[in-house]
Amino acid sequence: MRGVSKKFAEMQALTNVDFSLGRNEIVGLIGDNGAGKSTLIKLICGYHQPDEGQVLFDGRPVKNLTVEGARQLGVEAVYQERALADLQTLWRNIFIGRELHTRGGFLRVGAMRRETAALMRESMGFTSTAVTPESFVKTFSGGEKQGIAIVRALYFDADIVILDEPAVGLSVKETDRLIAFVRSIKAAGKSAILIDHNIFHVYEVADRVVVLDRGTVAGQFRPKNRTVGELTEIMREIAETGKSSVADDEHVDIPETAEDAL
Amino acid sequence: MSTPEPPLLSDLAPAAGYGGGVSLRRDSRRFMRTFAGQIGITAAFLLLWLAFVVSAPETFLSGKIYSAYAATIPLFGIVAMPLTLVIVAGEIDLSFPSTMALGMVGFVLVWENTGNVPLALFVALLVGAAAGIFNGLVIVYAGVPALVATIGTLFLFRGLSLVIMGGRNATLGATTGSYAYKATVGKFLNIPAQFLWLLGFAVVMWVLLNRHRFGAAVYVLGDNAETAALQGIKTNRVRIVLFVLVGVSAAFAGVLSSLFIVSFFPSVGEGQLLPALAAVFVGGTSVFGGKGTIWGTLLGAFMIGTINAGIVASGLTGFYTQFIYGSVIIVSVSIHAQVQRRFG
Repeated sequence: MRGVSKKFAEMQALTNVDFSLGRNEIVGLIGDNGAGKSTLIKLICGYHQPDEGQVLFDGRPVKNLTVEGARQLGVEAVYQERALADLQTLWRNIFIGRELHTRGGFLRVGAMRRETAALMRESMGFTSTAVTPESFVKTFSGGEKQGIAIVRALYFDADIVILDEPAVGLSVKETDRLIAFVRSIKAAGKSAILIDHNIFHVYEVADRVVVLDRGTVAGQFRPKNRTVGELTEIMREIAETGKSSVADDEHVDIPETAEDAL
Repeated sequence: MSTPEPPLLSDLAPAAGYGGGVSLRRDSRRFMRTFAGQIGITAAFLLLWLAFVVSAPETFLSGKIYSAYAATIPLFGIVAMPLTLVIVAGEIDLSFPSTMALGMVGFVLVWENTGNVPLALFVALLVGAAAGIFNGLVIVYAGVPALVATIGTLFLFRGLSLVIMGGRNATLGATTGSYAYKATVGKFLNIPAQFLWLLGFAVVMWVLLNRHRFGAAVYVLGDNAETAALQGIKTNRVRIVLFVLVGVSAAFAGVLSSLFIVSFFPSVGEGQLLPALAAVFVGGTSVFGGKGTIWGTLLGAFMIGTINAGIVASGLTGFYTQFIYGSVIIVSVSIHAQVQRRFG
């Protein structure tokens, strides 16, 4: 996206932000609470529209993006806590808003159950027989729910998976599983944006880290060039001063070519 | 909503049943989890019925009282069906008793001027739909919580009915010869037509809630409205349609209620608010949204509808009616809460 700004009432959430995501790239979007991370991703998934600036897919500007429109462009967001409907069954959650249906809008319940069962076997790694497509989502752990949401995104053929604070509230073991899920996104040739306020969760899997501060991009770095300690220092400096004394890594390329620009 | 359909994984994979080799005990537990609420309400319904049969066998083992029930329960039961969907969606509609009257105002005016009963019925339904749209717009676009908005329209629609009719009644005696009359409150094989309408509403609402995309959206909306919006469900549209469903059903119930007594009173629908709401909640629908069944509401309506005559037949005075209403409601919603805690 180019030169994007967004204001809510009197609050300037984003100011002139350039942000890009390459093909098969995992980008970590880091910033303190209120830095504008959530607003930025909600623009990408069509939940909000920018006041100024453009959102581009494959180099082409897209106007009046809606959630549905973003999905058709291959953007799937996985929101922590809000990704799934707890009181509903697993199969209903997989197909929220995109139920398999007949021409009259009647649900193909059997087909959705079979699909969910296949996904559970092949992608979610549920081996326990106590878990079925009829299981209620609230019976799953936080890590399992994240996994379900990621599998759902990939099932619907997402090219870009956006994960909003996926590691919050997860145990160490579950975080490992989450990282494995993110790696599976990369392995499938897809891209992802990982939002977090903690560099540790992102460091292991991100190709590039973008630091957002008070609605602007404060710096871009490559984890392979830096240690966690260095990045933490940079983050702290940005939090205190709003900018970093360390230069961006290798002029982190804002892709301009039609193939890989978002 | 024209998302292209992905190829089905299960078409490619061998068609193994999920799980496989599941023990009987786990199966039964899963069954309980899914149906605990409905089993609970069915048991409560049978218990209440048994209590009536034991205390007044000569009344409850003959057909007459059931014929009376079949005539009166639909008058609030029909609205309870779409009301279940509204409450599952996390909303509420308290205005429908007045919509019953407002729809009838449309009916009376058209019928008095044209003598055409089907046309009058159609106009009543249109008025009901308009009332529902009005509720929906106030809630969705003015952003007033449904509880408050529909208390407002409860007065507004009743007031409008009184103003338009100048408070007058109307006798509908001349409608009784029409097919529309026979189809709404006549009898088929000795079964009151309105009872068949109640069953029809129940079936249609069940299909809508459980086997249609609209119902899928309703469940998610009531479960977590933000999840629904983030997953691309058009939540405003779903809300408005829900209030239209209640509005149309209420207008229809208003016509049934009036034709049943062959008169229109501007007070039609008064007294139906609490029985209909009680039927939904006794039936196990969660006031917090996201959960609820049409089967539960149907049995809830039967329970609420049988109490009054049941008490009198059992030899108690009518003074007990409200006391027993209250007991039945408290006991059944407590059972639902316990079932939720154990199996939910």
